[in-house]
Amino acid sequence: MKLKLKIWRQKNQNSKGKFSNYTVEASPEMSFLEMLDVLNQQLIENKEEPVAFEHDCREGICGTCSMVINGQPHGPMGLTTTCQLHMRHYKDGDTIVIEPFRANSFPVIKDLVVDRASFDRIIEAGGFISVNTGQAPDGNTIPIEQDEAKKSFDAAACIGCGACVAACPNSSAMLFTSAKVAHLGYLPQGQVEQGKRVKRMVVQMDKEGFGNCSNTYACEAECPKGISVANIAKMNRAYFSAVVSTDEK
Amino acid sequence: MSWITNFLTSSLGKKLVMSLTGLFLIIFLVVHLAGNLQLLFDDGGEAFNIYAHMMSTDPLISVVAYGLYFFILLHMVQGILIAIQNRGARKVKYAVGNRKSNTFASRNMMLLGLLIFFFLAVHMGDFWYKMKFTNDLDMVTYAGYDAAVRDLYTRVNAAFQEWWIVLIYIIGLIALALHLWHGFQSAFQTLGLNHKKYTPIIQGLGKIYSIVIPIGFAIIPLYYFFVK
Repeated sequence: MKLKLKIWRQKNQNSKGKFSNYTVEASPEMSFLEMLDVLNQQLIENKEEPVAFEHDCREGICGTCSMVINGQPHGPMGLTTTCQLHMRHYKDGDTIVIEPFRANSFPVIKDLVVDRASFDRIIEAGGFISVNTGQAPDGNTIPIEQDEAKKSFDAAACIGCGACVAACPNSSAMLFTSAKVAHLGYLPQGQVEQGKRVKRMVVQMDKEGFGNCSNTYACEAECPKGISVANIAKMNRAYFSAVVSTDEK
Repeated sequence: MSWITNFLTSSLGKKLVMSLTGLFLIIFLVVHLAGNLQLLFDDGGEAFNIYAHMMSTDPLISVVAYGLYFFILLHMVQGILIAIQNRGARKVKYAVGNRKSNTFASRNMMLLGLLIFFFLAVHMGDFWYKMKFTNDLDMVTYAGYDAAVRDLYTRVNAAFQEWWIVLIYIIGLIALALHLWHGFQSAFQTLGLNHKKYTPIIQGLGKIYSIVIPIGFAIIPLYYFFVK
């Protein structure tokens, strides 16, 4: 199948980018990233600069691949990362517009590669549990209720890819931050530091310049891991309670 | 900064202000509609005029009314500031937009809010301002009611004979319906109220509310224009 590609090319963070047009010969069983590999091989053979894009596991679990495909982060398929999107969903002669995730807090490094370190800084601010080192405790020493464990696990499915920010009309990072807050907050080990954690993570999220949530739920619709906006409600509850119960300002 | 200003200027604190003021305005709309439906009585405006007199003179209602004006302005100013900040969070826009993953209403809350505000300016300028600050309205007396009251009913009747005023009301109410379509359930989500047990109920009630209340208001100008 022959495809027309319109890809965002940008030399570095400070340069002004623009779209460039390419044509590529792909086959339906290829993944989207393999199709881009074919394009890059073609560019290298023509002594042109290959398109920079991020990828790692190519199994849909690492959250490295990004890019917005025809207006949708990770492309048109629900619950699918870019690496798990296959060319059989496109037709011969289709035009595909590929852009980087767009948000001030995700500056473009090169072409389709964006800097998502703002997410790392939100985690550093409080998205962890302080534990004693030493031997692993015996299993089942801390009773965990089954339903709560399931909710925690569902939130932990967040791979931190940033599609929520990319999809949000406000570039808000609430779904990501709330998934991390809920993941730890549903478990007894995480509840000890819950108040301080949620406050510090929200402060860092605001400091990074993400927009405010206006409950459009575009994040949930585009999330490749199906993270629910119920986590945002949980984060709001935890934050409001932390504001009046923790000693920190 | 104190913990209070830290809280109120945080992204979640700003959302909470929008949610609580929005819920207050949602309750107000029910009260306002209940009072206005007296315009449909065939009594020459007696019930409505006495009601309007009571609403503008009762001291307790005056306190609530000033609270209402304050909350409308707070909801509006805060909403505009948030929308400007949100737009600024993505300086380079997408070449291809995404309209699939959210609703028209949720994307355009500020635009809808501004339409409602312009409607409010016309609405309050015509009735509220004339009632409270001018002597444009005649005084009438009713048997069984001591004080002479302003004849707001006649002004309402005159206004709703003008097609363009009726049109402004209909446009304002459509904007209100869309604003509520997103805003009603959104207010509860912001408060942290989201659970699979009751969220579908809140969403259902929100849809019913956002249709029934604006239709209730729209009946009044349409009735005066087409029937009376």
